[in-house]
Amino acid sequence: MKIYVPRDSAAKALGADAVAVALQVEADKRGLEIELIRTGTRGMIWLEPLVEVDRGTGREGFGPVAPSDVPALLDGTLAGLGPVEEIPFFARQTRLTFARCGLIDPLNLTEYEAHGGLAGLRRALGLSGEAIVDEVKLSGLRGRGGAGFPTGIKWDTVRMAKADRKYIVCNADEGDSGTFADRMIIEGDPFCLIEGMIIAGLGTGATKGFVYLRSEYPDAIAVMGEAIEIAYRAGVLGGDVLGSGSAFDLEVRVGAGAYVCGEETSLLNSLEGKRGVVRAKPPLPALEGAFGHPTVVNNVLSLATVPVIFEKGAAAYADFGMGRSKGTMPIQIAGNVKYGGLFETAFGLPLGDLVNEIAGGTASGRPVKAVQVGGPLGAYFAPSQFDTPFGYEEFDGAGGLIGHAGIVVFDDSADMLKMARFAMEFCAVESCGKCTPCRIGAVRGVETIDRIAQGDAAAVPLLTDLCETMKEGSLCALGGFTPYPVMSALTLFPDDFAATKEAAE
Amino acid sequence: MPHTPQQSLQPSAQQPSTAEIAALIDSQIGLEGPLLPILHAIQSAYGHVPQVAAPLIAEALNISRAEVHGVMSFYHDFRDVPAGRHVVRICRAEACQAVGGAALADAALERLGVAWHGTTANGAVTIEPVYCLGLCACGPAAMVDGALLGRVDFDRLDEILTEVGA
Repeated sequence: MKIYVPRDSAAKALGADAVAVALQVEADKRGLEIELIRTGTRGMIWLEPLVEVDRGTGREGFGPVAPSDVPALLDGTLAGLGPVEEIPFFARQTRLTFARCGLIDPLNLTEYEAHGGLAGLRRALGLSGEAIVDEVKLSGLRGRGGAGFPTGIKWDTVRMAKADRKYIVCNADEGDSGTFADRMIIEGDPFCLIEGMIIAGLGTGATKGFVYLRSEYPDAIAVMGEAIEIAYRAGVLGGDVLGSGSAFDLEVRVGAGAYVCGEETSLLNSLEGKRGVVRAKPPLPALEGAFGHPTVVNNVLSLATVPVIFEKGAAAYADFGMGRSKGTMPIQIAGNVKYGGLFETAFGLPLGDLVNEIAGGTASGRPVKAVQVGGPLGAYFAPSQFDTPFGYEEFDGAGGLIGHAGIVVFDDSADMLKMARFAMEFCAVESCGKCTPCRIGAVRGVETIDRIAQGDAAAVPLLTDLCETMKEGSLCALGGFTPYPVMSALTLFPDDFAATKEAAE
Repeated sequence: MPHTPQQSLQPSAQQPSTAEIAALIDSQIGLEGPLLPILHAIQSAYGHVPQVAAPLIAEALNISRAEVHGVMSFYHDFRDVPAGRHVVRICRAEACQAVGGAALADAALERLGVAWHGTTANGAVTIEPVYCLGLCACGPAAMVDGALLGRVDFDRLDEILTEVGA
């Protein structure tokens, strides 16, 4: 009997380790032979710890499982969820990037290969750098970190740059609230990221990569480090990638708690051992990036999607999605929801379907008031905008952004003035200090919102003006996008900004 | 690496010797851009980056002490004084706020009688805000030393704080 228990940190935070121990202890007590396999998570976080049992007829799900459920689980009397892949939340998805996440032991390279791993890399090894970049261009893959810049074009700039040294930097500084897909894939399928980075190296002529991982993710740091060691031992990384003669080296670098280091130029400064302040562009990192050399800086999900593009072909990938948003997006459903977790689907699903159907509405059972899409710098959406299809241009057109595709749902107890204030406060705490609109503006923003809260109506146009200045004048997205949550809260929920004012009058 | 950024302080490690620190610097100096790895290594060993380390790092990397200080003070993780025996971090970000994170954080501060970044009088607990632990679908989230906790409610918070000796 095979029993699968996730080792993902969300599952662990909900008690998966204690369940795994209880399973082994109980099985030993009964003299029952079990094969206990620790996997990533399937992404159905409301069911975690989600234990899967395979008695030879496929994987049946049970969850959430507590250690006290273990005897019944082994007796076969515990009520289950049926075949895991038939659970509606899972069955509705199109899993390309996350195909293996939750399915296999993340550190078992043999299993990785058995489930399609390394097929993309083997194909890429037979292609020229130009052909590799063309394939990525053809797939329509755009930066999954938030900016949505075409990945193939970025790679081509690095490929054509003349330099004796080039780098691939993976941005795993996933600081946005409501997002956890980077963490999930690193903990659940790290070889996929390694494979994607090697293909990026082959395409651009880079032979060294860094994974810049945030310190808030200790489990991901550990798994990534182990996966890199295993990949070196297996000859996947190193001086002779799979016997091809091409070299690729990879290192993990740990951040130090600065949100702004998720911005690519700030990340590069941090990697070099400097204060994580933002750099002015140009020069583009593609031409002068890490240590002054041409550098690809890509998000985890962009790089982890590359292997499947090479495995199945660019055209197959581009068949998913709509308009200029090609392929699939791993959407992270978070906050006050009934069914929270990761939902990978082709672009185009309306926001309301995600919130009301997939996420099942709020966990509290109260009406949905607002949904923040794209992290702390993303706009709030009201239910009146729920017909907006999930895509880069569509969200831009609705005055927001999809960012890293995290959606955070709030019920009607949320005070949107407080949320706007928090956005400014967060910007003030995390500002790198280089540009004035962000450094000073965020502090003034908190003060101005406090004036509104105290009933000063004259502060509303001031806040609007300040947001305009931050949006137009900031050097990066931290100061430039903080106005999104602030202004959307002010525009969509004016009552929250007026109630206290009326009370004061 | 891997390491836990904020380990509880080993009492015997309070007066690190120059030689020990030099060895830690030496273990990382071969890396490209070694300053952050060096600071992490020192903090991982001592729970903070002691003052004696700055001139040694500056010397080894051929940068000024001001630059070392500038980098250290930029990042939230690095501390120049030891934390309490345990570090409790509570997520303040939006997804946790959507499920009552702010009230939970307030309760924690009240129970400990300190503000953010404060350490209890008995030296047992330092409380830090954290902006996202990636547990956004099972908030409110907290981290006690290296261990992550999801769906923390008031009772669980009380248990945690009692366990760490607050």
